[in-house]
Amino acid sequence: MRSIIAFITGGLFGSGLLISGMTDTTKVRGWLDIFGDWDPTLAFVMGGAIIPMAIAWILTRERKPVLADSFPDTSDTRLSKELIIGSILFGMGWGLSGLCPGPAMASLSFGGMTGLGFFAAMLVGMLLAPRARAALLRGQAS
Amino acid sequence: MQIEWVYGLFGGLIIGIAGSILLLFNGRIMGASGIIGGLVDGSGRTRARENIALILGLILAPAVFVWGAGMTGETHLINNWAVIIGGGLLVGVGTRLANGCTSGHGVCGISRLSIRGIVATVFYIAAGAATVVALRYVGGMI
Repeated sequence: MRSIIAFITGGLFGSGLLISGMTDTTKVRGWLDIFGDWDPTLAFVMGGAIIPMAIAWILTRERKPVLADSFPDTSDTRLSKELIIGSILFGMGWGLSGLCPGPAMASLSFGGMTGLGFFAAMLVGMLLAPRARAALLRGQAS
Repeated sequence: MQIEWVYGLFGGLIIGIAGSILLLFNGRIMGASGIIGGLVDGSGRTRARENIALILGLILAPAVFVWGAGMTGETHLINNWAVIIGGGLLVGVGTRLANGCTSGHGVCGISRLSIRGIVATVFYIAAGAATVVALRYVGGMI
């Protein structure tokens, strides 16, 4: 049952990304290009997504998930080095390519060889992340 | 232009509904980088089945729209392999270090006013904008 919910979630997520235009890298780069021909679409996508999500978070206050024992642990509020440096690296890659992980997967069926290449490089990057984290923590200790 | 933000808002709402379903039913955060990253490095082993189901939906739904319903699916990804591979590696390492991307920190984090989500989003958007501006005006690449 949880897998069926996850499949439906993925289907809606992918449909939303395609309809909103977020699988088109020119839109994402247009949003990041603040001194150029700025494209505000991404702000509408973010805003549109945050509204139902904010309601869902309010609904989590007085109940349990239908198919799980508890909601995610949100007690971690540390603004760690990994959070900041990771976000900067991610932003650089996002600006270079115009793709983040969701749209990279949603566009796999029509993104051609370059889309596949990006996805493969992203997976390699994910595998390298534990090493990068270890290096960061070493730097912090010394 | 005007119609594009309507699509953006509508697509965004669908993304938010998707995230709400996953949260309220499965008690999980719809973060694209965590879902694929957990499969890649094995950290999400206990959730592997539902992670695969979500990713299948995420790839299949846009495929049906594009290949079945004739919707335009264009990524306009830059045809420069150095940028594609470099961008993919940075997105992969960065999102795993920061423990989230546009969907996890952006949509799911900001909607509950998570300080980590807000700070991460500020940093990846700033880094993305700086990268696009540098590429366009200094490098003349895109």
